[in-house]
Amino acid sequence: MTVESATSTAPRQGFRIDFHVWGPVVALLALIALGAFLNSNFLSYGNVTNVLARSAFIGIIAVGMTFVITSGGLDLSVGSMAAFIAGVMIMIMNGLVPSMGVGWGVILVGMLVAIVVGLAAGLVNGLLITQARIEAFIVTLGTMGIFRSLITWLANGGTLSLDYGVREVYRPVYYGGVLGVAWPIVVFAAVAILGEIIMRKTPFGRHCAAIGSNDQVALYSAVHVNRVRLMTYVLLGILVGVATIMYVPRLGSASSSTGVLWELEAIAAVIIGGTVLKGGFGRIWGTVVGVLILSLIGNILNLANLVSPYLNGAIQGVIIILAVVLQRQKKMER
Amino acid sequence: MKLSVLAAGALAIGMAFSGSALAQDTKVIGVSIPAATHGWAGGMNFHAQTTIKALEERYPNLDFVLSTASDPGQQVSDIEDMMATRNIDALVVLPFESEPLTGPIQRVKEAGKWVTVVDRGLSQENIEDLYVAGDNTAFGRVSGEFFKQKMPNGGKIVVLRGIPTTIDNERVEAFQKAIEGSGIEIIGMEHGNWNRDDAFEVMQDFLSKHAEINAVWASDDDMAVGVLEAINQANRQDQMWVLGGAGMKEMIKRVMDGDTMIPADVTYPPAMIGTAIELTALHFASNMPMSGRFIISSELITKDNAASFYYPDSPF
Repeated sequence: MTVESATSTAPRQGFRIDFHVWGPVVALLALIALGAFLNSNFLSYGNVTNVLARSAFIGIIAVGMTFVITSGGLDLSVGSMAAFIAGVMIMIMNGLVPSMGVGWGVILVGMLVAIVVGLAAGLVNGLLITQARIEAFIVTLGTMGIFRSLITWLANGGTLSLDYGVREVYRPVYYGGVLGVAWPIVVFAAVAILGEIIMRKTPFGRHCAAIGSNDQVALYSAVHVNRVRLMTYVLLGILVGVATIMYVPRLGSASSSTGVLWELEAIAAVIIGGTVLKGGFGRIWGTVVGVLILSLIGNILNLANLVSPYLNGAIQGVIIILAVVLQRQKKMER
Repeated sequence: MKLSVLAAGALAIGMAFSGSALAQDTKVIGVSIPAATHGWAGGMNFHAQTTIKALEERYPNLDFVLSTASDPGQQVSDIEDMMATRNIDALVVLPFESEPLTGPIQRVKEAGKWVTVVDRGLSQENIEDLYVAGDNTAFGRVSGEFFKQKMPNGGKIVVLRGIPTTIDNERVEAFQKAIEGSGIEIIGMEHGNWNRDDAFEVMQDFLSKHAEINAVWASDDDMAVGVLEAINQANRQDQMWVLGGAGMKEMIKRVMDGDTMIPADVTYPPAMIGTAIELTALHFASNMPMSGRFIISSELITKDNAASFYYPDSPF
């Protein structure tokens, strides 16, 4: 909230791009131009579909993360949670095949399980943070380890694979689509648009920003601080479930290496998009741009042999920092 | 943390005095391995556990302590804890990385314990009593020779590499040497980190970038799973074949069934940890000489011999 008022009162000097608002978009456009310049296949239908579809998992999670961070929280457990949900989902679907047969029935049960487990996991995080009053960082660091160990234990240290027959039926959820747009992209877009509406147009969205800005003031303004906070974690848990529903049909497996570092990618996307890490201001469309920037970097590095593959991580780091520096300039001038 | 280690150490000293009579009969073997962070390591964990269970039944006077570490620092602490609190007589260790573990393992040796090093050699020689390892150079060479045999007129291939480590470097160097002068051209090489998801994305991008790819050296069966899925998505199944590695049961099954996309596999058995634990146990259970080097070769699995490498019960 404070940031918004700052941008509107800042003096404008003629024609100038407001980097604070448009920084991430400028970075995204620059990356797209670079990609198109380096490889003619970059803008092909196949590559654009690949990049958008693989962004969907982190993207769907990052939309939920935007609400959590806007209200001053943090969730480090989402990557492990996704792996755990994927494991439970696969085990339940495999277990139901003998009684229910191979078909959409089993898959619908699996999807429901993913949502319910996600909701429950988010509820556990949220209750520990709001009711037991433990720091979000510590709670989710703890559950991160718990979920990661549980998936390793469930998979007996190996890989859980979905029944072959079910997989063939489920496959189109990742690889198919409507009117040439893959399902993960459709779902990601729907989640992002809904998220943007909730953030901007509903009391819940405004309460998130108010709590992140100053929770005491929010409390005195009759905002149910704990309830709203709890809801952000539950919402994030459900969205992790949704992301997992899109993830499982891709390779049909879950192991202890599933979803490693997704939490950091999601948090990075949120911050690149202009949401304030300390809370108080969040924007969903910025998060979407942030997610796309992160996946485009990897894609461009694979498509062009610019640098030694050993340096991929360094290039990613530089671009992430640059994207945020572009936005922060405005603040420095203040 | 520091306090508890100190307390545990003090406790161990106390126990060493009181329990010295008991320790003469029972020998304790500590086993320290990396946690199951990818498919191969998962298989290795499985074989470590099953071997220990079998050996504890066979030799009642042998005790085993198993710990799994998720990074080199934790592995050093595990080994220190084993020395301080469990009073081990032997250590079987698969080092996370060679450099950081060399010092701590040397101190175990200096304390007069038996040391078995598995898979990754230490950075200094003559520390371990027994060295059990796979042959990474052979792994790369056997893979390269298969490409040469399968592509007598040369062709264009892409390569997926593992996590940047000595193991990966040795394999890739041996592979490149084996295909030298064969007309096989590596048109792309990226790290897939022995991970299905990473390999899937890298392969998607290779397929966007190159209109002609004749074969893929996925160099690992987990990565091969991701690679195959990306090829299916692009509908280019009939244009290329894939060689993985390590011997995952699903891949061996496909080789056995004569899948044209998976014509072969190359072994790098995670069960080598079992070999190492067995040999270490034999050192205490018998008078047979056990010190030296035991190198497990990497073999080519084709349709003809696949059945003898197929373990349906293993998680890997």
